[in-house]
Amino acid sequence: MKRSGPGLVPVLLIAALSPAASVFSSRPAERQDTPAAARPPAPSLARPTSAAKATNADGFIRRWLLLEPIRVPGQLTESAVRTAVEQDFPVTAAPLPHDGQTLTVGDSQLTWHAVDTVNYNVNLYHFAYALNQPTSNVLFWAVTVVNAPRQMSGVRLAIGSNAASVWWVNDREATALYNDRQTVIDDGVSKRLTLNQGANVIRAAIVNAGGATDFCARFLDEQDRPITMLSATVTAR
Amino acid sequence: MSLVSRFSPVAVATACVLVVPLAALDGEPGLHDPSTVIVENGKYYVYGTGGGLPISISDDGWTWRRAGSVMQALAGGKPGPEVIARGGNNTWAPDLMRIGGQYFLYYSAPGTQPKSAIGLLVGKTLNPESPDYRWEDAGPVVWSDGVEDSNAIDPGVFRDPTNGRLWLTYGSYFGYIRLVELNPTTGKRLYPERQPVNIAINSEASIMIFRDGWYYLLVTHGSCCQGANSSYNIRMGRAKKVTGPFLDNMGIDMRQGGGKLFLGSGGRLVGAGHFGLLDLGDGVQKFSCHFEADLDRGGASVLEIRPLLWRDGWPVAGENVKAGIYAIESARTGTALELAVQGIPVGGPRGRGGRGGAAAPGAAPPPPPAPIPPQEASQVSANWPAGAVAARMAAYMVQAQQQWAIRPVANAGGYPGSPFFKITIAGTDRTLAATEDRELIVLPAFTGAPEQLWRIDQLADGSYRLMPKAVPNSPEGLALSAVGSSMPTVARFNPDSDRQRWNIRTP
Repeated sequence: MKRSGPGLVPVLLIAALSPAASVFSSRPAERQDTPAAARPPAPSLARPTSAAKATNADGFIRRWLLLEPIRVPGQLTESAVRTAVEQDFPVTAAPLPHDGQTLTVGDSQLTWHAVDTVNYNVNLYHFAYALNQPTSNVLFWAVTVVNAPRQMSGVRLAIGSNAASVWWVNDREATALYNDRQTVIDDGVSKRLTLNQGANVIRAAIVNAGGATDFCARFLDEQDRPITMLSATVTAR
Repeated sequence: MSLVSRFSPVAVATACVLVVPLAALDGEPGLHDPSTVIVENGKYYVYGTGGGLPISISDDGWTWRRAGSVMQALAGGKPGPEVIARGGNNTWAPDLMRIGGQYFLYYSAPGTQPKSAIGLLVGKTLNPESPDYRWEDAGPVVWSDGVEDSNAIDPGVFRDPTNGRLWLTYGSYFGYIRLVELNPTTGKRLYPERQPVNIAINSEASIMIFRDGWYYLLVTHGSCCQGANSSYNIRMGRAKKVTGPFLDNMGIDMRQGGGKLFLGSGGRLVGAGHFGLLDLGDGVQKFSCHFEADLDRGGASVLEIRPLLWRDGWPVAGENVKAGIYAIESARTGTALELAVQGIPVGGPRGRGGRGGAAAPGAAPPPPPAPIPPQEASQVSANWPAGAVAARMAAYMVQAQQQWAIRPVANAGGYPGSPFFKITIAGTDRTLAATEDRELIVLPAFTGAPEQLWRIDQLADGSYRLMPKAVPNSPEGLALSAVGSSMPTVARFNPDSDRQRWNIRTP
C-alpha cells in the first residue's frame, strides 16, 4: 500500500509474492532477504492448526491475522493516530486479507500472518521482534472474523492496547484509545452493538511509540460479562 | 425537645414561626421533631410536633407541603381520653411504622412533664385523599407518672430485621431512655407487666437501627427550641443485643451519658435532632432530622434529609452535593469522566519541570519557576466540535474537558434531600445527558430535558450514584456506569459493584 496524501484514495496493492518469513518456530524462515540474523520465535504466538479458535474462558479472542508493522511517526495523540490510520489503510473498503498475503506500503512489502496467541493478549512486540521488524514507531493492523452462534444484541467490544488503537466491528468504528498507555483489560469499550449470526469482521489498528506493544479483545454481554461462546477464524493461505 | 425549653417563651415563638409558609425551592420544609419519613406509593410523608400532629407530604422528597394534621382524621380530633388521662392533650414528636397492612403511629401526649404518655393511632394509609384514610385511637402504650425516672415522650419504633420483633424506645431527659417490646399485631406492649429496660440517659428523641449484627441507638443531646441558641446534637452508641448495653466509641455506656457524635451544627444550620432512617433500597440510605434553626430561613426549624454513610462500623452523616466544580472519578477504574476531545497539558506542551538542583558554585540561584495557572475551557476549546460530543473516561490530568460544574436546577423537582442537578463542562453549557440507546452524550447546551437532569445520591461508602431523572424509552432507572476504563454508559444500579460508584472530587 502506498501512503496517500490527505484527501487522496489510498491504493491497496496486494501481490502474491514468495512465501513470507515465519514468526513461528514450527516453520523455518522462508523469506530469504531478511537482513538481520534469524531470531527466536515469538514465544506467545503459534501458527493456527485448526479451522477455528474458541475464545478462552474469559472471552478473549485468540486468533488474528497480523500485518507486519508499518513505520509511522509514533505520535499517540488523537489527531496523530487518526492521521496515521486514515493514511495507511482504507479499512472499511478493504477486502479480508488472508494468511501469507502481501502488500506494498511505501517501499516495503509486508505480509499478513495468521497467529493464535497462547495468552489472553496478542503480543505485537513478540510478533515483530521475531520477524526482525521494528517494534517502535509503528502501526500494526489486526483482523479476525468472530463467529457468533446467533445474533447477539446489546453486546460491547472491549479491548486493551499498548499503545493507541482504533477498532471496527463489521466496518463500523467501535472504539478507540489514544495516548501512551499499557494494555488493560476492557480499557476501551464500545457502545452497545449487535453481532450478526455467523461471521463478524473485527479490525484494529494499533500504534506504538516505543517499548512493549500488545492488545487484547473480547465481547461483553449486557451485564458486562465476557461472552465465551464465540470462535475466531482467519482465511488460510 | 427538652422539657425546660418546651415551656419557654422561645419555644412558643418557634412554634409560631413553624406555621409560616417558607418561600423556598423546597416548598415548606418547616418542621420540628420529625418522625421517620415514610414512603407510600411514591409519596413521602413525615409528621412533627404541633397542634394535632402536622403532616408534611412530598411527591419527590425534595419539595414539601403542609397537609393538615393527623388529628383531623381521628374521631374527636384529639388524643383519646385514656391517653389524656395518662399524659396530657399536647401532641408532639410522633414516629410511625408500617406493619403488615396497617400503620402504627406513636405520638407524645405530655401533660405537666414528666407526667406524659405515648399514644397509639392505627391507620391503613397515609394518603389524606384516600377513601381509606382515617386514624383509630388505640389508647396509651407507655406512660410516666411524673415521679419516676422517665418522661414518656419522643417515641421511636424499631423492627428487628433478624427476628421481626417490634420495639419502642422513648424518654426525654427526666431519667432514662427506655425500651419496651411491642406486639406486631396490635402495636401495644407485648409484655405490659414487665419493667421497661433502661438503655440511655440524659437525652431524648431516641430511635434504633440495625446493621451487620449491631444495634445502634441514636439519641439527641443538648437543648432545643431556642432557635440558633439550641445545642441539639445527635449522638449514638451500639450494642450486640437490642436491650444493650449501648456503648459509644470510647466504651462509655449511654446509661452513663455516653454517646458518639453523629451530627451537630454546621454551615447555616444549627442544632440537629430527631434522627430517622430513610432506606431507599439498593444500598441507598438517607436519614432525616430537623435543625433547630435554618439561618437562611430566618432561624426557623426545618426538616433535613441527608445521605447516611457507614465507616468503621458506625453511621456517618453524609452531605448532599453542593454546587461546585468537580472531577467525576469512577470508583471502578479510577479514570475520570471527560468530554471526548483531545486534551492539552495544563500550561501547554512542555518538558519536565525543574528538579530543584543546586546552582553551580558562584552562580546566582535560578529564579523559582512561575506557577502554571489552571486550565480554563475558554483557553483550549477552540478546536472542540461545536455539536454533540461523546463522553469517555481517561486518566485525570486536571484538564478543562475533565472538570464538571454541578449546579442545582430550579423548579425541576428533586429526590430525597436534593434538587436535580445539571452537569456541564465548567465554563461552558456543554451538558452531560443520557441517550435513548442508553449511552451518554455531551450536548452543546442544557435544555432542561429529563435526560439532562441528574440525581446524585451519596452511598454508604462516601462515593456517589448519578442517575438521569429519566432515560428516553427506558422505563427503569439507570445510573452512570463504567463499563471499562474508558467507557461510561448508563446501566441498572448494582449496589454490590463499583461500576456505578463515582467519587466526586474537588478538581
